[in-house]
Amino acid sequence: MKRGTIRTFLLGDAQAGRIVPPSGHTAHLTLFVSAAMAFLAVFALALSLAAGRLADRWSSELARSATLRINAPADQRAAQTEVALKILRQTPGVASARALTQEEQAALLAPWFGTDLRLDDLPVPQLIEVTEGEPGYDAAGLRLRLAAAVPGAVLDDHTRWRRPLVQAANSLRRLGWISIALIGGATAAMITLAASAALSANARVIEVLRLVGARDVYIAGAFVRRFTLRTLIGATAGVGFGMAGVLLLPESSPEGGFLTGLGFQGFGWLAPILIPPMGALVAFLATWAAARRRLKELA
Amino acid sequence: MIELDNVNYSYGGAELLRGVSVQLAPGTFHFLTGPSGAGKTTLIRLCYGALRPTAGQVRVFDTDMTRLDRDQMAMIRRRIGVVHQDCQFLDHLPVADNIALPLIVSGRDVAAEAGNLAELMKWVGLGARADALPPELSGGERQRAALARAVIMSPDVILADEPTGNVDWDMSQRLLQLLVELNRMGKTILVASHDLALIRAAKNQVQARVLRISNKTLQLAGADL
Repeated sequence: MKRGTIRTFLLGDAQAGRIVPPSGHTAHLTLFVSAAMAFLAVFALALSLAAGRLADRWSSELARSATLRINAPADQRAAQTEVALKILRQTPGVASARALTQEEQAALLAPWFGTDLRLDDLPVPQLIEVTEGEPGYDAAGLRLRLAAAVPGAVLDDHTRWRRPLVQAANSLRRLGWISIALIGGATAAMITLAASAALSANARVIEVLRLVGARDVYIAGAFVRRFTLRTLIGATAGVGFGMAGVLLLPESSPEGGFLTGLGFQGFGWLAPILIPPMGALVAFLATWAAARRRLKELA
Repeated sequence: MIELDNVNYSYGGAELLRGVSVQLAPGTFHFLTGPSGAGKTTLIRLCYGALRPTAGQVRVFDTDMTRLDRDQMAMIRRRIGVVHQDCQFLDHLPVADNIALPLIVSGRDVAAEAGNLAELMKWVGLGARADALPPELSGGERQRAALARAVIMSPDVILADEPTGNVDWDMSQRLLQLLVELNRMGKTILVASHDLALIRAAKNQVQARVLRISNKTLQLAGADL
């Protein structure tokens, strides 16, 4: 397809639109289906982008941090913590190491035990937050050194539970993109069916146009323009409703976790704007292919 | 202009035309006659490429019609005016638009040719019917509209398939008159008709040759008509 051809299609002339008889309710069906598909695409896109953000955050934040837990009798805890911090500070690849304060540890436990808990009454281990530098530290070597000097120390670099979470988020993102691809495919299939039906219904019109010297490009253009415009209009409406739905979702909050993060952030809000042009492009290609096929059959 | 060279045409195994050779020279007036079902419409359709010969060659404007692709065929059709037996209008468009259809589909500026269109409609006597829809027209009006559409691109050749099929004698005389006028302007005309009275009437006005399809072959009819 040449560029000039595409331009002729899209601009066309006002008269070409009238050549094909108006099609009544099938026009509304095309509008409705493209609106519904665009609406669904907005949510699939929101899901993909949110899952993507989650996967990125989990993998970057968690990868850069580790926790050292010191299980020691109360009287040795402070001393062991001191030794552990010293070792950590000497370890290449550790950017920083900081013992959590009593208040911070209490805040971590607050969701389970309430806020009026006194940690002194419980054998709560001391936690040290380790932030990894660039390049990172050698976890196995660190474990060996800690084991020798601080018997009660356990290094948890989060990989154990980080990996499945990131995997889950990545699967979710993949599902979102697969959904978008399926929505695109379903739209193409629907437009192809509608366009084929319209071409068949207008076989006589097409025959007359061929008899008076119309080229296939001209005839196909009348149909392509019609379906492309309908899809564009329908998809724009669908995206409008979908965006309104996403806006009505609750604000992202730490309490809500992943679910309230579902939505768009920053430039993500611009992504749904791409849906109507993409839908129109799908409709354009689907109608064009259907028209080419049908016109060859119609002599 | 149009040249058929040893053309055969069969459809579904049945032979309709055999060994048809004819030349329509520029500015000539031909009638094509023969009983119903003899293949007049088939021959006309071969001449504008709606059908392809099963053997032999059809040359239009020195171009072999069988070698053209769809776009080239469309371009050739703009240079041939065809009056179809059943007129072939777009029923949802008014008569004026139907007549202007060849201009519209070839991307010509219809507004710029409005004057020509109005004059043409007056010439075929449809000046007052511009806004009517084709189904509202009488048989004679439809045939005249079809003729107007056939000539709007100012083609060099006009093929008319039974243009006087469903009209009364007076109307068929008017249509014939229009075709004769076109021939005097230098157009090559081929009219398929089984109406011998019409052919006889025409022979008084124009030097017309009569081709007759009989027994699947085409012969030049003598002066016995």
